Amino acid sequence: MRKMIPVAGNGLLDRREFLRGGAALAAAMTGYSVKAETLGEQPWGKEPGMLVEPYGVPSRFEKAAVRTLSNPKGEPRTSHARTPHHLLQGTATPNGLHFTISHAGNADIDPAQHRLAIHGLVKRPLVFTVDALNRYPLVSRFTFVECGGNSAPLFSPEPIQASVQALHGLASCAEWTGVPLATLLEETGIDPKAKWVVAEGADSPHLSRSVPLTKILDDAMVVLYQNGERVMPGNGYPMRLLLPGWEGNMNVKWLRRLQLTEAPAMTYYEARTYAPILPDGKAYQFYFIQEVKSFITRPSVGVEMKGPGFYEISGIAYSGNGRIARVMVSADGGQTWAQAALQEPVMSKSFTRFRLPWQWNGGPAVLQSRAWDEAGNAQPTRQQIVAVRGQAARVPSPMGFPSQHYNGPTSWAIEATGGVRHVYA
Amino acid sequence: MSTLSFLLALICSPALAAGPNLGAPLSHADLAAWDIHVLPDGSGLPSGSGTSAQGAAIYVQKCAHCHGEGAKGGVNAALVGAPPIKSIDAVKTIANFWPYSTTVFDFIRRSMPWQQPRSLSDNEVYALTAYILAQNKLIGEQEVMNAQTLPKVRMPNRDNFIPRFPDKMPGRPDRDL
Repeated sequence: MRKMIPVAGNGLLDRREFLRGGAALAAAMTGYSVKAETLGEQPWGKEPGMLVEPYGVPSRFEKAAVRTLSNPKGEPRTSHARTPHHLLQGTATPNGLHFTISHAGNADIDPAQHRLAIHGLVKRPLVFTVDALNRYPLVSRFTFVECGGNSAPLFSPEPIQASVQALHGLASCAEWTGVPLATLLEETGIDPKAKWVVAEGADSPHLSRSVPLTKILDDAMVVLYQNGERVMPGNGYPMRLLLPGWEGNMNVKWLRRLQLTEAPAMTYYEARTYAPILPDGKAYQFYFIQEVKSFITRPSVGVEMKGPGFYEISGIAYSGNGRIARVMVSADGGQTWAQAALQEPVMSKSFTRFRLPWQWNGGPAVLQSRAWDEAGNAQPTRQQIVAVRGQAARVPSPMGFPSQHYNGPTSWAIEATGGVRHVYA
Repeated sequence: MSTLSFLLALICSPALAAGPNLGAPLSHADLAAWDIHVLPDGSGLPSGSGTSAQGAAIYVQKCAHCHGEGAKGGVNAALVGAPPIKSIDAVKTIANFWPYSTTVFDFIRRSMPWQQPRSLSDNEVYALTAYILAQNKLIGEQEVMNAQTLPKVRMPNRDNFIPRFPDKMPGRPDRDL
């Protein structure tokens, strides 16, 4: 049997052991700690199974893997539905579990009646039907979408005891398919005075955001499909604006209009809501980019440990500035670090799954991860963020948004009982 | 030639592009019902006008249900008041935070009332905007809000914003003011 050599404190093992053969590694670590049992035929092996349904849903034993709702009764305010990262693996968020924020419910749009207008500082204003856009050459790409307020509970002066779903559930990742906006603007033509594109939804708030024209021409798309099927109503059916790596709210859902302008419109969401206050009383405006971030999803609060032995530490890393280059993991609160394995393919502005084998000795441990992207940006420490951005004066509700754009690390303390607590380390 | 300048040269060419060309022409008249973006320089503001007194009556009927009596807050945000910004989680109000008065008009017209957006006339939106600005003492009780006067209302917090990534900004957003 190969000898397992720890590479960092508190039982972190070499990520390359995985590549050499995970099965052998697991066997070596677990030995015969699990009790023997006699195997018998179960009821489902003795009669035919369930009817095959036209649209499949997960097993009835997986009812815990659902989104958490901030406004289940549809009161006159915003509704949030958060992705259960602690119960998912890989990087593609199932469509029914993709996070949603809707400021007045999900618009119920008849695609035959929906239109996309492109006008303003263009040479030829044009209006498109959904069917017309679906006839253009389509492009697919994986990219994450993240709310600018995701992870904001970590601005709390004290660590909030909440799951990774509550803290980081306003980010998801999908394969999106649609028409590059550069293609459509080639047909409308662009007045050289145009610098911004003001996007607007067909939903009842007619949500609007201003986007620099350079971003629109770089990699923006009008997307019609999400993980192969039509975009979900909560994600903007029949079409949404996709701005890979940029603030979720700018990826306008139910997109109906793009107006090219010289200046930004200073809409409610850019002038007021997604303008985070700084400690000196000034505020950032036009944050645009979702910066490099990572968090461990397993173990985490609600994913308890079942006694000492072998575990795989697993989590998600992503950056609005490109590919993830490296993720480091610590099991001793940041004293020593080991490099995690990155699941291929590692794609630009997309979730990247990282993993690291761990032999838990049953003692106290503090797990955390830090990521670096290919542009050289490092995920900042919490101390670095607080030094520039400050922290909230009060402990907010886990559903609260004391500020926006927190991308520091998340630390999970493993207790001897196997319980997991959120701590600052 | 950079990719971007190549793309811009291509796009700015007046000839019909060789793409699928599946869009229909769109006239100003056909777009009118959707053409609601208002910019800080006042572009996009419609004709019409309103005063605080007119707005007060509309407010009671259509807004107080959520925003409370006198706009002091209810199940939804207070529209009056300017508590000092002392922490990053301070309450953002129109008077202590919003940088542009035009955003008040634009947001009411596109999103309010929450249960029935796009049901207010432009005169009603001007009147409600005047009511909120007057309640916050940002304009006088008698001032008329219209396409000329509204963009001139200077908001107290206007100069307290900084772009997070200046290199991503196409230009000063308020350069035309």
